[in-house]
Amino acid sequence: MGSGEGSAFPACAMTIRGPVTFTRNGVRRGAVTSVPLLIGMVPFGLVIGVLSAAKGLSFAETVLMSSFVFAGAAQLVVLELWTDPAPILAATIAAAVVNIRMAPMGAALAPWLDKLRGWKLWGTLSTLVDHSFALGVAEQRAGGRDAGFLLGVGLCIWVGWVGTVAAGHLGGGLVRVPPGHPLFFASIAAFLSILVPLWRGPRLDLLPWGVAAIVAIAAHRAALPVPLPLLLGSFAGAGLGAWMELRGRGMPPREDARRG
Amino acid sequence: MVRWDVLAAITGMALVTYACRAGGYAVLRAVRPPPWVEMVLRHLPGCLFAAYVAPPLLALGWPGWMGAAVVVGVQVATRNMGAAIIAGIAATWGLRVLAG
Repeated sequence: MGSGEGSAFPACAMTIRGPVTFTRNGVRRGAVTSVPLLIGMVPFGLVIGVLSAAKGLSFAETVLMSSFVFAGAAQLVVLELWTDPAPILAATIAAAVVNIRMAPMGAALAPWLDKLRGWKLWGTLSTLVDHSFALGVAEQRAGGRDAGFLLGVGLCIWVGWVGTVAAGHLGGGLVRVPPGHPLFFASIAAFLSILVPLWRGPRLDLLPWGVAAIVAIAAHRAALPVPLPLLLGSFAGAGLGAWMELRGRGMPPREDARRG
Repeated sequence: MVRWDVLAAITGMALVTYACRAGGYAVLRAVRPPPWVEMVLRHLPGCLFAAYVAPPLLALGWPGWMGAAVVVGVQVATRNMGAAIIAGIAATWGLRVLAG
């Protein structure tokens, strides 16, 4: 069904040659590629596990939350406001606010997702995290056509996440990672290593990335709550990038006449 | 042990999180975006991660920036994320110890 429809992104589709596939091999490659990123997740996962135990969540509840929510920043924010009985509405709203940043990620991956159907599409989306988004975009730009890659990254990160959170809960008082410990540099390091393959050169990326960083820092300094600094920074940078492209080239001709 | 109120909170969180994950793409499938939206989305990945790392790097101070330079340098040289991450942690840790 719908095999004749073009990508929602004509400009992106041009970089993808040939049909998009979804193979076991692609899933495996995605999983292998993302294994090193697990190093960056370990301190964060342990902290979430320890915090869950400290807030009175049972082991089963902790594993359930990590498995089905699978979003570190949201879990951290919710655990910080956790009460007994559970703050159902506050937790739901907090998760929505922190995770709204994921909405444009699926949209940006449309060149691959447009070619998937059923569980491959909606199942892959359920594993979408920052890491799989970034690695997926880098793979897409490098001409990758196997959308299974995205699911592979997502599954590997999921296993690592649930595993480290569970270990943190079990370890409880044993693992004490104080805030500001150099181990927390691990997650920053993981995101920095992810940025390298996303770099397309100073002309396209220098100003947008710089503005994104400066706006995020300014919003952080202004004590705006999570995830506002992230959202303001990324959209300020991406907006500037789009504006520079529009101004530099003029409006590109619409190429979607084929779709009517 | 799973209490009903905790289960309800987890269910609420899980549902809205999935809506965030799938929602952006689902909307885009239904509504054709104008070209500037495509351009913003193409610039989004790099900007998102730049905005991610900038505030904590600033908070870490110069050992953080040196560690960041090591991560990027090793990643560019070796294309190996594991090596880049471990080298960066080691550099930051070492500098912090040296700085007392």
